[in-house]
Amino acid sequence: MKVKIPTVSALVLAMTLPLAAEAHRGWLLPAATVLSGEEPWVTVDGAISNDIFHTDHAAMRLDGLKVVGPDGEEVEIQNGHTGKYRSTFDLQLTQQGTYRVFSASGGLNARWVTDEGERRFWPGRGETPAPGDFEKKVPKDAKELTVTQSSRRIETFITAGVPTDEVLAPTNQGLELVPVTHPNDLFAEEEATFRLLIDGEAAVGAKVTVLAGGMRYRNSQDAIEVETDDEGAFSVTWPDAGMYWLSASYRDDKATAPATARQGSYVATFEVLPQ
Amino acid sequence: MEKPNMKKPAVKKLWLMVSMALGAAFAQADTLEISIEIPRIDVAEYHRPYVAIWLQQQSNVTNLAVWYDVGMKEGKGQEWLKDMRQWWRRSGRALEFPIDGVTAATRAPGIHTLTFDSADKPLSELPPGDYQLVVEAAREVGGREMVSIPFSWPLSEAQTLEASGETELGRVGLQLKP
Repeated sequence: MKVKIPTVSALVLAMTLPLAAEAHRGWLLPAATVLSGEEPWVTVDGAISNDIFHTDHAAMRLDGLKVVGPDGEEVEIQNGHTGKYRSTFDLQLTQQGTYRVFSASGGLNARWVTDEGERRFWPGRGETPAPGDFEKKVPKDAKELTVTQSSRRIETFITAGVPTDEVLAPTNQGLELVPVTHPNDLFAEEEATFRLLIDGEAAVGAKVTVLAGGMRYRNSQDAIEVETDDEGAFSVTWPDAGMYWLSASYRDDKATAPATARQGSYVATFEVLPQ
Repeated sequence: MEKPNMKKPAVKKLWLMVSMALGAAFAQADTLEISIEIPRIDVAEYHRPYVAIWLQQQSNVTNLAVWYDVGMKEGKGQEWLKDMRQWWRRSGRALEFPIDGVTAATRAPGIHTLTFDSADKPLSELPPGDYQLVVEAAREVGGREMVSIPFSWPLSEAQTLEASGETELGRVGLQLKP
């Protein structure tokens, strides 16, 4: 496996992204992803942490969270609560089929160097840009100006009864995962295939990292690292049953003006069941 | 229903033909006799296992029996059907419950025998081929286990096949009676 040392510019970029705070990892963790019975309930946690699925850093905010049901309609979360280290909410699966739970956002960010040689970023840390801010706050003639179109998506999938596909259709915005293998039909020792799209087109050469949960109880990350092929596809063979965190990142220069670069980060949680 | 004017010898002959035909049909009938041992497990909190029994040919599943908490209010017992994971994946998740002639209440520890005949559904509609008899058991606050026995359909010779579970299932027997 190739190990690439991240370049300085990549690190700087990461610092400017709203949720990519250092090595902290965002995730949504459903208590179960495969359910039976009439209108079953499921509870979900959302957090940003270092160790996967250990709530040790910050709660994920619920205001950007959406749930779409098998019929494509939005579903209300229930009993939402945000604590110190995690948010939690319940879902009642009143329809049979697959639900998508996600938090997605996108927008422009910029970095440049002032005449005095100081590095500047926009939006600043914790800043939520208002419309027109880009024009006002980013000097277009600044030195080393890089404007990046960024997208971020954190999601998971939950199925009552038969897995369905309606909810898996891409929005063609940002970095997205299109399942070839259904995300609620994953079993240990089996291979699953997915595709990554950037703005609706194959995300070729995207870096994918897969980590099993329970990190606190092992001495290494044991990451599975893969890269997407010419179709944007990649495959993972799940070594064991359990909850997995999948993270992908993609970057190219095929951006639309005023952006000069395009960047996407994608995270999903998958449950793998034993044979 | 005897009619006084009926010619007795003719009736006798007819009955002989009918019984011969029936006899021939019976001789051709294939029967599967399945015995499933649910082990007695000495634990403080014991719940009878959910058990699914099916025939599998590649991805085709023919359900023979599914034992679950059918009696719970508002179909609550269906909540744990997914714990029979392989059955749920291969068949259960696409079905509506309860299923006539398939679903039934959970069974107590002991040996349970089920008999299926080629004259009746579902075996009357079973295409020829190589099959697995699969038995999967899942127990609340207990474990899960799956046992399978391969056989060919239709049956060619009388045979007794068996496999054994280690935890949630005891001996599973499959008697082939051509």
